[in-house]
Amino acid sequence: MSDNGRPGPKRPVTFKVFRYKPGDTDPPRYDEFKVDVDPRMTVLDALEDIRTSQDATLLYRHSCHHASCGTCAMKANGREILSCVTNVLELGTDTVVVEPLGVLPLVADLTVDMTSFADHFEPAGMTLLRKSEFNPKAERPASVQDYARYENCIECGACISACPITNTDPQFMGPADLAALYRALVKGDDLPEKLYALADCEHGAWRCHTAMECTAACPSDVDPGGLLMALRRRVTGYKIKRLFGLKV
Amino acid sequence: MAEKFHVLVIGGGSTGAALVHDLALRGLRVTLVERGELTSGTAGRHHGLLHSGGRYAVQDQESARECIEENMILRRIAPDSFEENDGLFVAITDEDVAYRGAFVRGCAECGIPTREFSAAQTLRMEPYLNPLVKLAVQVPDATLDCWRLPMRFFATAKHNGADIRPYTEVVDILKRDRTVIGVRVKSHVNGQVYDIGADLVVNATGVWAEKISEMAGVRVPVRPSPGVMVAVRGRWCNMVINRLAPPGDGDIVVPQRALSVIGTTEWYTDDPDRLGLPEDHVQKMFEKCGEMLPVVRTAPLRAAWSAARPLIGDETVAGGRELSRTFKCYDHKERDGVEGIVTISGGKGTTMRGMAELTANVVCQKLGVHAPCRTRETVLLPYGAYYQ
Repeated sequence: MSDNGRPGPKRPVTFKVFRYKPGDTDPPRYDEFKVDVDPRMTVLDALEDIRTSQDATLLYRHSCHHASCGTCAMKANGREILSCVTNVLELGTDTVVVEPLGVLPLVADLTVDMTSFADHFEPAGMTLLRKSEFNPKAERPASVQDYARYENCIECGACISACPITNTDPQFMGPADLAALYRALVKGDDLPEKLYALADCEHGAWRCHTAMECTAACPSDVDPGGLLMALRRRVTGYKIKRLFGLKV
Repeated sequence: MAEKFHVLVIGGGSTGAALVHDLALRGLRVTLVERGELTSGTAGRHHGLLHSGGRYAVQDQESARECIEENMILRRIAPDSFEENDGLFVAITDEDVAYRGAFVRGCAECGIPTREFSAAQTLRMEPYLNPLVKLAVQVPDATLDCWRLPMRFFATAKHNGADIRPYTEVVDILKRDRTVIGVRVKSHVNGQVYDIGADLVVNATGVWAEKISEMAGVRVPVRPSPGVMVAVRGRWCNMVINRLAPPGDGDIVVPQRALSVIGTTEWYTDDPDRLGLPEDHVQKMFEKCGEMLPVVRTAPLRAAWSAARPLIGDETVAGGRELSRTFKCYDHKERDGVEGIVTISGGKGTTMRGMAELTANVVCQKLGVHAPCRTRETVLLPYGAYYQ
């Protein structure tokens, strides 16, 4: 079993939390909260503790508490995390700076607006399910044709926040979309021409500068940077085939 | 006619989601307020089981029947939303084997289809199971996504005109004499406090029901009962794995994405905001679920958390798992002499649509609206539509 979070004595940690309420706490500021942190506590646990015992107005998103919904993505000590699976003491600092994701429009405090994220995702097909790659040799009961499992991508936005291109070019489709486009191409449900047209434009797959910050920030083993590279290879192959009149 | 009535739903969990969808389809004007993100209460963080009802087939047949009926409806109205891999109830000990008869009979009585497998067949399907497994009974369990499924209800309701307001906390219930006429809310976005009038208020706040009911001067018999869950890395089973035994601690492993969610335990609390995470409960998960899938004892930990079930029960009833998991809608005019407010309580994630149907029927009956429920057949929009 992982050493993560063995029970032990609590330690006091100071949380410097970004606060913003349009027209109210405006301009933004940082509030400090002291929390006695036990070895199992996550950043989300600490925020819940702050909200329920110190400041009921602190606004942040959360839902599943186990890295499946993607709603709790934010920044801790300057790096993109899922607050529900980020152990506070393992961050290793006496003060933890908590901020909202970058790039996505700010609603209030640690909460960002996911509307633009979803708008970009929709043309890419938002495939939710795929065949399970686990235990491929296992027998299946007669009632199940193929085992299915949810995709790794939980649409948390960490990759978008970390990418140097999305941070400077609002027209770039971004790593989450392009990775989703690649998954849709591989799945083969949708018209490939439509997907290739989306990928093969100046704001699509070619705008990436291969920083791979997206893959580093992804909490869910999606490897959006790697999928983007694979997408470029597929787009190139597609264009060459079309050039020579071959079947694509 | 329906659209001239305004219903205010407090609570953006799975019940609130299915309810605003039902009410919007019936043509009512509906507003929902939720203090945090949608599903940030119990609904978002249970283990994600689309229940076959098997767990309740012997002791709580009312809940079992509700579960299997809603299980089938949800697959129809929310296609491509679940890991539809079925589930197994596995027998590890002789006691488990002895439970098989009552279990299979109970499932048959409740309309839950089952199929039995020998030890060898079971291990060929799920090779990570305890090699001492003696037999297994298959049931139509599935895995649901606790955030994305309710969001399909919210998306559809929103596109049908429902006004969904997350980050909006009820700070008071407004009354005129003995009638509830609306709510006072505080926005956690900009701090503004304002009032929302309504012809009827629905308290759909799950384990926070008492907090809201106190504001209205009414009573609800809800007993928050938390339990611990743990997610470990690795998908060690493709089917849901349950213990073939009466409900107990550590009797389920729900695969989901590349994780295995093991659960759960139970205790009682008066404070749904501060559940804690009892370390002995965490350890018990590894120990008990490890009896079914030994590998979970050494798999890397991803998360450990608590979630509270909203059980219906009064103080005189002792013991958690004996309380029914069914649901009830309370009309506070009858219970407390207060008009204009009803509370929906109890239930399970799987029965969200059925809970909403019951509540919407009560709402319409109180308002004198004649509109049938259409949620059994209406296919939901994709969850992403919420943001469009």
